[in-house]
Amino acid sequence: MNRIDLKFQQLRKAGKKAFIAYITAGYPSLEATEALVLALEESGADIIELGIPFSDPMADGPTIQEASFKALENGTTVRKILDMVRAIRRVSNIPLALMTYYNPVFHVGDAHFVEAAAAAGIDGLIIPDLPPDEAKELRAACLAHDVANIFFLSPTTTAARIAPIAKASTGFIYFVSVAGVTGSRKSIPAEIARDIRAAKKVTDKPVCIGFGVSTPEEVKAMANISDGVIVGSAIIKEITKHSGQKDMPARVAAFVQKLSSAL
Amino acid sequence: MRKKRLSVKKNKFPDKTGHYGDLGGRFVPETLMAILIDLEQELKNALKDPAFKKEFRYYLKDFANRPTSLYYAERLSRELKTLKVYLKREDLLHTGAHKINNTLGQIILARRMKKTRIIAETGAGQHGVATATVCALFGLKCVVYMGAEDVKRQALNVVRMRLLGAEVVPVQSGTKTLKDAMNEAIRDWVTNVKDTYYLIGTVAGPHPYPMMVREFQKIIGQEARQQFLKKEKKLPDYVLACVGGGSNAMGIFYPFFYDASVSLIGVEAAGHGLDTGAHSAAICKGAAGVLHGCKSALLQNADGQVQNAHSIAAGLDYPGVGPEHYYYKKIGRADYVAITDKEAIGGLKLLSRTEGIIPALESSHALAYLPKLARQVKGKKTVIVCLSGRGDKDMGTIQEVLDHESH
Ligand SMILES: Cc1ncc(COP(=O)(O)O)c(C=O)c1O
Repeated sequence: MNRIDLKFQQLRKAGKKAFIAYITAGYPSLEATEALVLALEESGADIIELGIPFSDPMADGPTIQEASFKALENGTTVRKILDMVRAIRRVSNIPLALMTYYNPVFHVGDAHFVEAAAAAGIDGLIIPDLPPDEAKELRAACLAHDVANIFFLSPTTTAARIAPIAKASTGFIYFVSVAGVTGSRKSIPAEIARDIRAAKKVTDKPVCIGFGVSTPEEVKAMANISDGVIVGSAIIKEITKHSGQKDMPARVAAFVQKLSSAL
Repeated sequence: MRKKRLSVKKNKFPDKTGHYGDLGGRFVPETLMAILIDLEQELKNALKDPAFKKEFRYYLKDFANRPTSLYYAERLSRELKTLKVYLKREDLLHTGAHKINNTLGQIILARRMKKTRIIAETGAGQHGVATATVCALFGLKCVVYMGAEDVKRQALNVVRMRLLGAEVVPVQSGTKTLKDAMNEAIRDWVTNVKDTYYLIGTVAGPHPYPMMVREFQKIIGQEARQQFLKKEKKLPDYVLACVGGGSNAMGIFYPFFYDASVSLIGVEAAGHGLDTGAHSAAICKGAAGVLHGCKSALLQNADGQVQNAHSIAAGLDYPGVGPEHYYYKKIGRADYVAITDKEAIGGLKLLSRTEGIIPALESSHALAYLPKLARQVKGKKTVIVCLSGRGDKDMGTIQEVLDHESH
């Protein structure tokens, strides 16, 4: 069974919600990313999203843009990221999803990319600029390699799209908390509870909320109405804050501990 | 040039899902899908609505100054010997380039959709100016994203946009040119999608934009075809246009699509040279890829990262191209060639000297291909060049080039 599915099964049985941490692979370096994954697992992350840095991150706010550019400057490539994933797999079974824009996938070919990712130990793919409408080949490849294909719902998603997206999504459904790019915000709109309920009516797959979640209070509030919470930019900011310090992974882990223990 | 038989039935592209063969489509965050579906429907309704057509025609004529003339460039033709050259004078339009055709169409649509805030990206500043202009015309709020690098090279257009009441936001990320301006415009759009209309300036982006911009620009080719038939009692042998995103080229190509005897040639920017890596020739040198919402030709590295483009013409300085052009290339309906910065300067000088018309650096790429074409053809051939814009905005760049040459 896919590690993401297994994780949600366990969490459900225990009556728990998922804490999902996003970090940009290669920021500030791939060695740091490897150490961070293991430290985050220790501090209560249930699933980790590894961002493949992209030259044109059009769905990201300034924090993740900056991390992506630094990671690319460091020479981070898909191949090196998958090598790192293999190294992690020797010591950890934490569910890992790749978050990437579509072009790096399309460029090598959907089937080829999924096969390589699965072989390295990747459990899911999250591609913000690939709606299910354009993902026929990728979905077939993911199905063939038991890799979760995680699609998005948004506050602007029309009623007619909810069911087909929920059906196409495997692993979990990524619910974007607000119309916008990644990054922290002053507040998360109140309508989110209603939107999540609408999604829950048509699917029993796990629905997790991401974009703009940055404090323990928000983690708690979002977890109350969903199956899990995704935090990205807030963690990247913490990495930036302690970048260059020897104990950076431990300090970031301590920050994540505070968030995950709010669940 | 060799003609291939076409296997495309009339009006079959894009297909219902917005694809040109396997190109085009909608590669956007879910948050934008609803507005794109909505926009597609609104566009369909508008294109069928006599009131919309009437309003669009009115502003094209009385505000933008259509129809533009098809001008026989006699001295230029004499110099080229084997070519009889006509210029489609989009440079004579209000604001100085073809971009106004599209911004008028889209602003009328945006008003029908009750949008109150307009955003746009711009490279050369021509689309930004054309957008700021139509926003002033209708009293709408306007924000233009422009790469910080382009803000410098097209300073005059920045002044124009600000005079017209637009807020110009210099974009500091990435290469600080058109592609980064487009990234930033998309980020704004995805955040403010409720009240904001994204007015894209070329035949790229997610469906229905490539089709919509083509529909609003095809007036160029419709007029040119009629005007040419009237003057020459036949169709031209060649139609030439520069290709950045591809809107002026698609505008003039599309009405000739089924005229199999007419060769369509798109001219990309070869920058410092096609083998230097510093160019913008997505079709000539790129591979299939996905950027800014559509699948098309894209300059990218082995890891699928988008590569920096270069052209002396800010309006061509973009690593992608509209999907319909790549489609025309794949089905053999159009050919694509590339002209270097240096050759483009030659084209600009040639037209200035022979006809008393100073073209935009973008259009100069199409003009610079004329002497090459003249050497290839057998006998005497006719050609229409889309003179997409005038050169006023480029005088700063040209002055630098001239200063450099005289040292
Ligand atoms: C005069 C002129 N021609 C051509 C272009 C290139 O755009 P497109 O390829 O969409 O016509 C521009 C873009 O700014 C322009 O200003």
